[in-house]
Amino acid sequence: MKSLRRYIDKIKPHFEKGGKFAKLESTFEAFESFLFVSNKVTTKGTHIRDANDMKRTMIIVVLALVPTVLFGMWNVGFHHYAATGQEGTLIELFWLGFLRVFPIIVVSYVVGLGIEFAFAQYRGHEVNEGFLVSGILIPLVLPVDTPLWMVAVATAFAVVIGKEVFGGTGMNILNPALTARAFLFFAYPSYMSGNAVWTHGMINGEGVIDSYSGATPLAEAAAGHIDKLPSTIEMFFGTIPGSIGETSALAILIGAGILIITGIGSARIMISTVIGGLIMGLLLNIFAVNPFMEIPFWQHLLLGGFAFGAVFMATDPVSAAQTAKGKIIYGFLIGFFAILIRVINPAYPEGVMLAILLMNVFAPLIDHYVIEGNIKKRLKRVKVKA
Amino acid sequence: MSKVIKIKKGLNIKMHGAAEKIIKKTDQAEYYAVKPTDFQGIRPKLVVKVGDKVKAGTSLFYDKFQPEVQFTAPVSGEIVEINRGERRVILEIVIKADATIEYEKFNVSDPSRLSKEEIVDVMQKSGLWPTIRQRPYSTIANPEDTPKAIFITAFDSAPLAADMDYVAMDCGDSFQKGIDILSKLTEGTIHLNINADYPASDTYTKAKGVQINKFTGPHPSGNVGIQINKIDPINKGDIVWYTYPQEIIAIGRLFEKGIYDATKIIALTGSEVKNPIYHKLIGGASIKNIVSGNVTEGEHRYIGGNVLTGSKISHNGYVGYYDNQVTVIPEGKYYEFFGWALPGFKKHSASRAVFSWLLPNKKFKLDTNFHGGNRAYVMSGEYDKVFPMDIYPVQLIKSILVEDIDKMEQLGIYEVDEEDFALCEYVCTSKTEVQSIIRTGLDLMRKEMS
Repeated sequence: MKSLRRYIDKIKPHFEKGGKFAKLESTFEAFESFLFVSNKVTTKGTHIRDANDMKRTMIIVVLALVPTVLFGMWNVGFHHYAATGQEGTLIELFWLGFLRVFPIIVVSYVVGLGIEFAFAQYRGHEVNEGFLVSGILIPLVLPVDTPLWMVAVATAFAVVIGKEVFGGTGMNILNPALTARAFLFFAYPSYMSGNAVWTHGMINGEGVIDSYSGATPLAEAAAGHIDKLPSTIEMFFGTIPGSIGETSALAILIGAGILIITGIGSARIMISTVIGGLIMGLLLNIFAVNPFMEIPFWQHLLLGGFAFGAVFMATDPVSAAQTAKGKIIYGFLIGFFAILIRVINPAYPEGVMLAILLMNVFAPLIDHYVIEGNIKKRLKRVKVKA
Repeated sequence: MSKVIKIKKGLNIKMHGAAEKIIKKTDQAEYYAVKPTDFQGIRPKLVVKVGDKVKAGTSLFYDKFQPEVQFTAPVSGEIVEINRGERRVILEIVIKADATIEYEKFNVSDPSRLSKEEIVDVMQKSGLWPTIRQRPYSTIANPEDTPKAIFITAFDSAPLAADMDYVAMDCGDSFQKGIDILSKLTEGTIHLNINADYPASDTYTKAKGVQINKFTGPHPSGNVGIQINKIDPINKGDIVWYTYPQEIIAIGRLFEKGIYDATKIIALTGSEVKNPIYHKLIGGASIKNIVSGNVTEGEHRYIGGNVLTGSKISHNGYVGYYDNQVTVIPEGKYYEFFGWALPGFKKHSASRAVFSWLLPNKKFKLDTNFHGGNRAYVMSGEYDKVFPMDIYPVQLIKSILVEDIDKMEQLGIYEVDEEDFALCEYVCTSKTEVQSIIRTGLDLMRKEMS
């Protein structure tokens, strides 16, 4: 540790202004502060500072995502073996999934962080940690057989158009990970939807046995095949086809627990999203005219990306509403519209992504009205006195 | 008696080094200083030069904008140094003290027969008028204004703060005299705010001519800004004056004895102080006497005031005009290997991302390490948890950053001060320098309104 510190101190001058590698200053700073928390001390204002920082915050979100990553890897293996009629051990299933998923994660991080480093240097900033989370969220919302070049293109699009053009981390309007997902959804629909994309190998027609359909429960429900829906237990544990990280409600709940206990994810948004979804589900039940509208309202929480979206996507603090009241309205409308789009609009099999992106756009407006309310209250106080 | 006002949002930072309740009459310091930087928004004009002899109560400088207000020497002696900083800003006027203090005499008779103008005149000449400040802006009060109320906060909720009941003990008469004087300055109510959690000193509970309000809850419940907001919030055009118990006692003494006696009791606190107790000294004293030999080894940060709002001073710096406390904590100039990934049981955080929250009663030895780097705003709702006013802190800060005067006014800038945002600054994950942004906003607003 001490020798590492000495080595860093030795090479540091090369990366400072006027040094040989001055163009890599931000990159060097990012790696240095990754290894060692800086020795910087307070200069003005408070003399002490809270021990929490952005790195810790972001790493906790990544930790909260680990259960979904691990389960997702296993589930990829599970469905590949099931589709091809083979049997495999737990390790074999997991290993197959790991080999498929890990490269996607690597591509997402390398492309995204590369762009972030370049922009940080260009702007003369320190590198922001935001992409640590986006970089793992992007793979988790993709089908397993998404070609790696597509992952790279989508990540680049999300970071540049979704984030950097607005000024970088903290300034973006849309959730970067969902921007990547939406980009792929509209640019390469054949890789993003249908029954064949969710199981590794199926899109290339690798020896799939007849009894295996590969359709997600949501697709079955949308098609009115309510009898083909898996059991609630299966949907809860997540042994169903779907995007890599979205299937297991249990793994997502563990993540939600970590986010809520540490106070990093907004419980307000998560709960109001779920309530919004349940209310829309209930309304659809009441006015049901087809089998999809009739499925029990609470089952919507287990279908598709609802749980994943509510816990990990809607709660992105930058693109969500900022005010406490605003968060409740924002979350509620996400849940409400997600189920509405899912069930009523035949063009889109899933509504969560679009509902969150839509509310990302409206979040500043919601905040605006919440703050106007506060301003009016203050003005009223003057009038009451006068 | 009035009802208890409960402050729910806030944060008590539990630190090592609270002062034990012992008062030591400290030997007179060799050097004393008056620091113009203690006073918000003044432009000092010197009336003395190096080598001049002064008495306690002799004017050292006045404010260009309010020339009647004199800033006076706390002790008699010789001016030995006038220290200036960048752009020749006057930082300190240093006085080498005489062995026995000589006082300027001020003509005071029975205060009940003095008019408001006479009281103001004596206070301005003696150097005690700056004890009365105003909101908005936290500048020295203007005697021509008519404040709607005067607020006195008789407890300090900041980390390791001096116990204001303890320091005002046995000063009931001077305190009452000071209150009587204040009541001549305003038609409005004088609010005396005490802590509801423990029985307050008789000095406060037996005070006449005041309305006593009780507060309970975590810091910043003792901040006068929060108390004004809860009792009688400031609207556009309102002016509220505020002051503190030790200042009122000094005013009382001025009208009892006719001299400027700047004696006060301060708490010497902080984890690096070997023997943290209270010291009775004269305001402006060098801290050299009380800290030398009384602090641990190593590089330390000496703070005039508390760790959230105090100002950095040197190890032989001077007690500020408004300070009730001197804090000594370790400097944090060290690297920490994978520090952001460690559970952090020894570190304090308002968030539960640092796992010391599992030890709820732990006291911390906190240093000045920045714990990270500056970032754009990412997290939301952090400030709201420690900011007990019905104001949106982040939105107000953003309106200041874009210098939108109308928005600042609408979002409540008149009601806030830097110190009210100190906890926001402390908890900020993005390490924003919130207090200095608020000061910029207040200065901008004041310029706009004048």
